[in-house]
Amino acid sequence: MPSVVTANRLKDGIVVYLAPNGSWTEEIGRARIAETEDEVSALEAQAAEAVKAREVVAVYPMDVALNDGAVDPLSVRERIRASHRTTLTKDWYDVPL
Amino acid sequence: MYRYDEFDHAFVRERVAEFADQVERRLAGKLTEDEFRPLRLRNGLYLQLHAYMLRIAIPYGVLSPRQLRQLAMIGGKWDRGYGHFTTRQNLQFNWVKLVDIPDVLAALAEVEMHCIQTSGNCVRNVTADPFAGAANDELEDPRPWCEILRQWSTLHPEFSWLPRKFKIAISGAAEDRAAIAFHDIGLKIVRGPNGENGFRVLVGGGMGRTPYVGQEIRGFLPKQHLLSYIESILRVYNLHGRRDNIHKARIKILVNQLGIEKFREDVEADWEATHKDAIDLPDDERNRIMSYFAPPDLPVRAITDEALDQRRITDPVFANWLKHNVRPHRVPGYSTVVVSLKEPGRTPGDASSEAMELVADLAEQFGHHEIRVNYTQNLMLPHVATSDVVALYNILAANGLATGNHDLLGDMICCPGLDYCNLANARSIPIAKEIAKRFEDPKRQEAIGPLRLNMSGCINACGHHHSGNIGILGVDKKGTELYQISLGGNPKDDAAIGTIIGPGFRAEAVPQAIDTIIDTYLAKRSDGESFLDTWRRVGAQPFKEALYGAA
Repeated sequence: MPSVVTANRLKDGIVVYLAPNGSWTEEIGRARIAETEDEVSALEAQAAEAVKAREVVAVYPMDVALNDGAVDPLSVRERIRASHRTTLTKDWYDVPL
Repeated sequence: MYRYDEFDHAFVRERVAEFADQVERRLAGKLTEDEFRPLRLRNGLYLQLHAYMLRIAIPYGVLSPRQLRQLAMIGGKWDRGYGHFTTRQNLQFNWVKLVDIPDVLAALAEVEMHCIQTSGNCVRNVTADPFAGAANDELEDPRPWCEILRQWSTLHPEFSWLPRKFKIAISGAAEDRAAIAFHDIGLKIVRGPNGENGFRVLVGGGMGRTPYVGQEIRGFLPKQHLLSYIESILRVYNLHGRRDNIHKARIKILVNQLGIEKFREDVEADWEATHKDAIDLPDDERNRIMSYFAPPDLPVRAITDEALDQRRITDPVFANWLKHNVRPHRVPGYSTVVVSLKEPGRTPGDASSEAMELVADLAEQFGHHEIRVNYTQNLMLPHVATSDVVALYNILAANGLATGNHDLLGDMICCPGLDYCNLANARSIPIAKEIAKRFEDPKRQEAIGPLRLNMSGCINACGHHHSGNIGILGVDKKGTELYQISLGGNPKDDAAIGTIIGPGFRAEAVPQAIDTIIDTYLAKRSDGESFLDTWRRVGAQPFKEALYGAA
């Protein structure tokens, strides 16, 4: 199962994903995809360094589906996190149930 | 309302400086997240799904216009222009940045506010009847007692590390509008044997995964002994409450394991052994605090108003709002107005910075400079001259704050759920929105009558689903959001925990299920029965059959 590593940025708590160049991106579509367990472990090790460097907190790997190049989270929770939005906000943003 | 003295100001300023330093040390790498987490939680700062969340204490739900305006400013400057009023009468900001927290706390301190003890295993914000000091069925204003408890419990050395969080609510009125039976300690001001006021004390109520209705530990506690008696309850809990299992750590578990008789015996023994004079508040200090809550000067006015009567006849929407959102006041010629945060389509309990500013203005113009937060997630203006009600309504209605559904089906309690919360298993806000849409017609809600519909996105029950006449609990079933419906809960006197009616529903099926439940009630009810009355008379069977077919 393809995976990505996600976290919250320390200074503002925003959801981020580990990118191929070792930086952290808010866009899940730009996340580095790990295909094997070894690759996941390598990403986790890299993320642990970022925790030490005070870039991110609350790191964990998560499974994703790759559909025509898009990176789709599998759970509702991760879909909501990846969207950086809530179902309803004061601006009336609305996603279907 | 209570005003900070020099000690209070210095105390809060020191705390802001202390936490600002801790934030700085975290950002500089001198504190790890494991070290920082308990410190930030002590200051009401959570890390949620999308961002940090800051929970601000609104002591017993009382706000001044200046404070509400400052909250509006904070929302606009450091958040996304809105906040969420909670069932603890507090306010949460959902998108604050860690780097901005010191500035936010300093801005709060300017208006005598803070986030101390809005999280952690300590005594949380003491809640009260939001109609306190205004209701026409009130024996005594509970707010001074809330303030006394607030001061006593703030950084109380013995009770800062309880087995688990601790919630207290006080009502001084005939009708319970503070859900006191669902609190660790619930207090009701009652008349004693010699005509003096005191407290009926309930203990061990609560929601969460193991809900209990509080039990009476004392039918009458003389007022002057409030602090010493509460201390004895907390001491017994602190000593014997479980610390090995977070799910069994609340006082409700202890009370129900020991039995109320044994728990009472232990508390009374501790209390008898206590040097009460050293703990109970001296009369001068009590009178000093009481004086902050002196009622505003409200000269008796005409109880009728021509413009209001006229409008009631010509405008059914206004008439509906008047009936539900305007409540009688203890002083003739005044009313308490519920400012609705339940407009269909909106997130229940959310208020934009613009709305907060507007309500602050209206409190100055029409409301004797006072605002309340209701635990059912609305705002209130407690003291409005009846002759101002039409003018006030016009402004509220023009700004989406005059939905006439107070205590009706549309007045749902709803937790943030999986849209925001790290603990949630399912979303609650979209479900509330869909239900609000389906029952949008005020005539239908009117026909249904008083109904409390409460919804939580996880078993922790921030949305009080256990006490809803209809309760909805979101759970996760193999990656799908599923909703369990319970019926027959009641947060008021004669409190009850709802009964799960059967298997859960997928999100899209919930509004129809609620519709079916309502139709069943309407078909079964006798004249004058509320939903709760009918449920209690006919039981679960007709509802089960309607929802799931005959067994």
